[in-house]
Amino acid sequence: MPAQALLVLEDGRTFRGSSYGAQGTALGEAVFTTGMTGYQETLTDPSYARQLIVQTAPHIGNTGVNLADNESAKIWAAGYVVRDAARRPSNWRSEGTLDDELTTQGVVGIQGVDTRAITRHLRERGTMKAGIFSGESAARPAAELLAEVQAQPSMAGLRLAEEVSVKEAYVVEPADHGWDGEPIFDIVALDLGMKAMTPHRFAERGVRVHVVPATTSFDEARGLNPDGVFISNGPGDPATADRQVGFVRSFLDAGVPYFGICFGNQILGRALGFGTYKLRYGHRGMNQPVMDRSTGKVEITSQNHGFAVDAPLDGPTQAPEERFGRVEVSHISLNDQVVEGLSALDIPAFSVQYHPEAAAGPHDAAYLFDRFIKLMTDYKTAQSQENK
Amino acid sequence: MPKREDLKSVLVIGSGPIVIGQAAEFDYSGTQALRVLKEEGLRVILVNSNPATIMTDPEFADATYVEPITPEVVEKIIAKERPDAVLPTLGGQTALNTAIALDKNGVLAKYNVELIGANIAAIELGEDREKFKGVVERCGAESARSHIIHTLDEAFAAAEDLGYPMVVRPSFTMGGLGSGLAYNPEDLERIVGQGLQYSPTTEVLLEESILGWKEYELEMMRDKNDNVVVVCSIENFDPVGVHTGDSITVAPAMTLTDREYQNLRDISIAVIREVGVDTGGCNIQFAIEPDTGRVVVIEMNPRVSRSSALASKATGFAIAKIATKLSLGYTLDEIPNDITQKTPASFEPALDYVVVKVPRFAFEKFPAADPTLTTTMKSVGEAMAIGRNFTEALQKALRSLEQKGASLDFSSVNALDVPDLIEAAKRPTTDRLAQVQRALLGGGTIEELYAATGIDPWYLDQLVLLNEVSATIRKSTALTPEMLKLAKRHGFSDAQIGALTNNSEAVVRGVRQALNIRPVYKTVDTCAAEFAAYTPYHYSSYDEEDEIALHEKPSVIILGSGPNRIGQGIEFDYSCVHASMALRKAGYETVMVNCNPETVSTDYDVSTRLYFEPLTLEDVLEIIAAEERTGGVMGVFVQLGGQTPLKLAQELADAGVPILGTSPEAIDLAEHRGMFSRVLDNAGLIAPKNGTAVSFNDAKKIADEIGYPVLVRPSYVLGGRGMEIVYDEANLSRYIKNATEITEAHPVLIDRFLEDAIEIDVDALFDGKDMYLGGIMEHIEEAGIHSGDSACVLPPITLGKDVQERVRKATRAIAEGVGVRGLINIQFALAADILYVLEANPRASRTVPFVSKATGVQMAKAAALIGTGVSIAHLRSVHHILPEVGDGGNLPDSAPVAVKEAVMPFARFRTVEGHVVDSLLGPEMRSTGEVMGIDKHFDTAFAKSQAGANNALPIEGKIFVSVANRDKRSIIMAVKRLSDLGYEIVSTGGTADVLRRNGIESTIVRKIGEGVSETGEGTIVDLINNGEIAMIFNTPSGGEARGDGYEIRAAAVSTGKPCITTVAEFNVAVQAMEALRTYEWDVTSLQEHAKVLAAGLAEQNA
Repeated sequence: MPAQALLVLEDGRTFRGSSYGAQGTALGEAVFTTGMTGYQETLTDPSYARQLIVQTAPHIGNTGVNLADNESAKIWAAGYVVRDAARRPSNWRSEGTLDDELTTQGVVGIQGVDTRAITRHLRERGTMKAGIFSGESAARPAAELLAEVQAQPSMAGLRLAEEVSVKEAYVVEPADHGWDGEPIFDIVALDLGMKAMTPHRFAERGVRVHVVPATTSFDEARGLNPDGVFISNGPGDPATADRQVGFVRSFLDAGVPYFGICFGNQILGRALGFGTYKLRYGHRGMNQPVMDRSTGKVEITSQNHGFAVDAPLDGPTQAPEERFGRVEVSHISLNDQVVEGLSALDIPAFSVQYHPEAAAGPHDAAYLFDRFIKLMTDYKTAQSQENK
Repeated sequence: MPKREDLKSVLVIGSGPIVIGQAAEFDYSGTQALRVLKEEGLRVILVNSNPATIMTDPEFADATYVEPITPEVVEKIIAKERPDAVLPTLGGQTALNTAIALDKNGVLAKYNVELIGANIAAIELGEDREKFKGVVERCGAESARSHIIHTLDEAFAAAEDLGYPMVVRPSFTMGGLGSGLAYNPEDLERIVGQGLQYSPTTEVLLEESILGWKEYELEMMRDKNDNVVVVCSIENFDPVGVHTGDSITVAPAMTLTDREYQNLRDISIAVIREVGVDTGGCNIQFAIEPDTGRVVVIEMNPRVSRSSALASKATGFAIAKIATKLSLGYTLDEIPNDITQKTPASFEPALDYVVVKVPRFAFEKFPAADPTLTTTMKSVGEAMAIGRNFTEALQKALRSLEQKGASLDFSSVNALDVPDLIEAAKRPTTDRLAQVQRALLGGGTIEELYAATGIDPWYLDQLVLLNEVSATIRKSTALTPEMLKLAKRHGFSDAQIGALTNNSEAVVRGVRQALNIRPVYKTVDTCAAEFAAYTPYHYSSYDEEDEIALHEKPSVIILGSGPNRIGQGIEFDYSCVHASMALRKAGYETVMVNCNPETVSTDYDVSTRLYFEPLTLEDVLEIIAAEERTGGVMGVFVQLGGQTPLKLAQELADAGVPILGTSPEAIDLAEHRGMFSRVLDNAGLIAPKNGTAVSFNDAKKIADEIGYPVLVRPSYVLGGRGMEIVYDEANLSRYIKNATEITEAHPVLIDRFLEDAIEIDVDALFDGKDMYLGGIMEHIEEAGIHSGDSACVLPPITLGKDVQERVRKATRAIAEGVGVRGLINIQFALAADILYVLEANPRASRTVPFVSKATGVQMAKAAALIGTGVSIAHLRSVHHILPEVGDGGNLPDSAPVAVKEAVMPFARFRTVEGHVVDSLLGPEMRSTGEVMGIDKHFDTAFAKSQAGANNALPIEGKIFVSVANRDKRSIIMAVKRLSDLGYEIVSTGGTADVLRRNGIESTIVRKIGEGVSETGEGTIVDLINNGEIAMIFNTPSGGEARGDGYEIRAAAVSTGKPCITTVAEFNVAVQAMEALRTYEWDVTSLQEHAKVLAAGLAEQNA
């Protein structure tokens, strides 16, 4: 008989289930994701740091875990909420069970709860602080548990990128990712919680990626002499990322092509002078329709963001930081018209709020990596013509 | 980009009769398409020969042609209506093949008609196996290694390369017709031989065996801007080797990682682009080698398919509706998602539940058929269930089948039986799920069963989980809340829990409800609760939070008919849908309960609320309770969905549920022999002599008393299940022995069988005061052929006015005597001018839609309103659902003549030796569907019905005649007529002698027993197999000739040539053949027929 477990939400609503993975206490922001596959990628996505993930898909763990599908070195999610955990995985690539993996990594989970009810609650009231208490923790007085949930810091205003970023820089070589030939470009990728698939997508296209820690200064990065600069996804409130905003502004001033994903989109937005805000319950899943306004085409995207950029949707607009010229919202969510991409018209910079690297999720937006390569190519061509 | 403005009128091609592989799902998709086209303001023209469909209701199109779906007929419709475009992607393979033919023969070009929804190039790339292989290769994916062959010699050459076993698939057939697995050269010769005949292009694909691989299917949509979405992934529980229509299937896929799933998605998108399906839906099937993950693309359908209907119901994404909008030029992002209202259709549904579909088979109707499941689809229906986990969904789906033994049996298994169970499970049959679960229960391991069946270990483990839960239930000392919650979480019914704890179902329910362990109702919302849902499409689950909103008016609950089966199909769904439409229009909130994903009734916007749930007492009572607590229930309709809801009537009434329309007491009165005979006595009517037996001695006594032949059958059945004509005591004894379940509550009914009687079918409405006679149908075949398999004609063609008047009086007397409030169907037999009452059913019948279409009066709508207390007088004068004067029992002479013909599935079923099963008609119903031929004249109407049923009568050629001795006298005039018309008569033995003595020239051919002559002249079977015979007329006789007759009929079925087995039908066929040779066909829409009928009625009543 598995141990008892409780999910306690900030507003006092409590769900009873049984323990999954490690036993103990997990605190974090409760968020739901609607992806039907890819739980392993989701758990190892650093953007989920300090969050308790509620999986709307009822069966979790069916395909076990394997080394290849990890998006980082560990599970970042603070806790895990599922309805029906697999008893036995089945897949030719499976190397172990998710239950064991959660236990080994000390991730506290809960199973057997009405995940749809939790999702509807979060949808109506917004993401909120929550705690999972299992085993002995679950036996503590309810008031005490609720107090502990409420006492944790809120996600708004939380600065986490430095926490999850790599500590040491490293290089991802195209040759190790199926690229046959010399690298075509070198880029600096500021790791604020980057998923492994992102440098892979660059490298397989011939781009050498210099992954650097979140604290890297402009001068250090500039010293690598990159053809482009990239900022990854990552957890936390973009309003706290002043340091990275400064980093991007310096590169934009230097005229180096820029591409950002997720957190990297919010940082570009802030660098251009826009604000960011917290969505009521965010976009998390892999069925999110986004329109690329330059082509009118719709792509089904993988998303995981709780914050968004506050920029005018209609037409090109002057960036509040005027020196960067005109900007337009290049991509929007068709579900709720949230800004899903920015494109600078007078400087070589663009970004998207969603995940073209997918993992987990559909590959519809992979063209954005090519778009960045074209941007660097055009920029290089223009530069060499200037130099002539 | 908004819709195209250049299209003003569109012809939609339907799918024709319900056949195995092409069933009610195309009525669902077609009906959606018509609604969209009408909403968009186009003139809509429809052709569909199937009168039992909702889509052929005149209100859904501007011109509705219930005509055969052949290129010749569709050309006539195009010439007459001159549509701007043809939409062929919603009518299955029939519509697609017709469109290809119209393109090939230049008709589309001639009349400047555009094909929308698909283009010919894309259809050919998708459907032509050789070309499709090229597509797959260009997309960087793999196909199974294969050879395309056109002759047997080529097949043997290919076998050298591929090795056995190999898969055989004829091109351009539907539902996998003619497909099979060849394990050796003999198999190869047989299957390829047939396949070459089935394929319209005489083409067959031979393929490396991927038996035992994991099988998946993705449903996709693409718009003209090249936006592509995957609506749903479906995983087959049964690995490759069983047709997906015969497999248990699960959505979404359960055992793929994201990388593997995205790989399938990437391939699917590349393929849909490469094939060029530019506006609409398609599905792609994959096989995955379980140990290596090697992916092989199996096939695609560039159209809306059976699985699109399933995917629509499973996700809430209305594929057919959206496909239609795309064909008009809209893009996915311009189409709103009905369910969320706020978000667009350019997204991929996220499911937070598990959907399980299980097939329903009808092997009991074909005792000679080999029950092995193969790549030829054999199931006749399906049930779908939704649960919050796999175990809950699976158990709900199994009990939705309403078949004895369908639910899992958890009684203990002797370990000694396990090896036999494992061995048996190696061969896929309808019993495999049970064998696997029982083997696991008896101690078999997941590894052993995986090795035997290839079923993924994850699913096997779920069966182990169910077995473990059953052990917990059994061990429980009492009905504790913990145990009940656990059991319910995994889908155990009250009945199953009762069986495991030695309690009655009622006791379990009572305790469970007292403990307040009740299901909650969740919503299918396309988005896993990310957005609010505005469409109340619900399913039950034993979970925490209920989502049913409060409703203002008390609800009217309509119980549907469950999975399609022979004897209870789409006709009953038609009545349920009509009732819901009429009641909503009258201001009621309607609630539909059904578990059949193919149907219109389970479309989420047909009723105010939809519960996708099993139709068992437990599930229905919980829905009623849920509706009660959220706003009240006015009552429940049980008379529309056939036997399924009818058999719940008494128990629902006992539970205090108000039954609308005919009362349970009245239903029982009509079903109960003794009570019903008193009704007849009071009305001065007679039934054939009969009795009720619970033992052989009883039966023998009754049969001796009333005299042989007798008709024997179990009570409370539909579709003549187990019905037989017994000619002597020995056969009576055999029947009683085989009829396993004879009890006091389920006795055997024994009737005097009336030979050479004319059977008459009547559908009528009664409100307690007035009767409306919907129509009098005269059967073509004599009594003894099940009414569902017999052709019939309305208005009757040989019954005198006096007979019709007697029928009318009898109908009224019975309706009154039984106490009907709504519909009643009565079957009569006229023998020696005496009218016998065969049976009365106080419910919607199989013929209601046919009568409604033939007479232009929507009887099910009227019945629904009668159920709420509206009088027939009001239906005539206020609601205008019934005509102000007159009825279907006294149609004017100018009324069109409608012929209903049954469509038989014999070609699908093979004996273990590989021969087709016999096609003789009998008292047990075996047809899967029906068509209607309607015309000013009976002869042409009959010819149309035959063409619609894919049995077009020949206008020239050789007619083979061979009849039993008793029939020889009665065929002479008709055969002479055929000979005079210029047909060549071919016969054998005794029949040839009789013809010669009557001065009819016939070519005498060799009997089977005579074998091939020295000069190489073949037997009659060889001639049929060579396609030299245009039509076969063979009546069965006892004894030796039965063997010959069987081989002849089997050859006819295999070659698809019309084969007539009764004199009655032969006579009208000859009339029709004469008409075919004499007159050009006209096509007439139902709307035009209605005008003629109205004018005739006005004249009659002037």
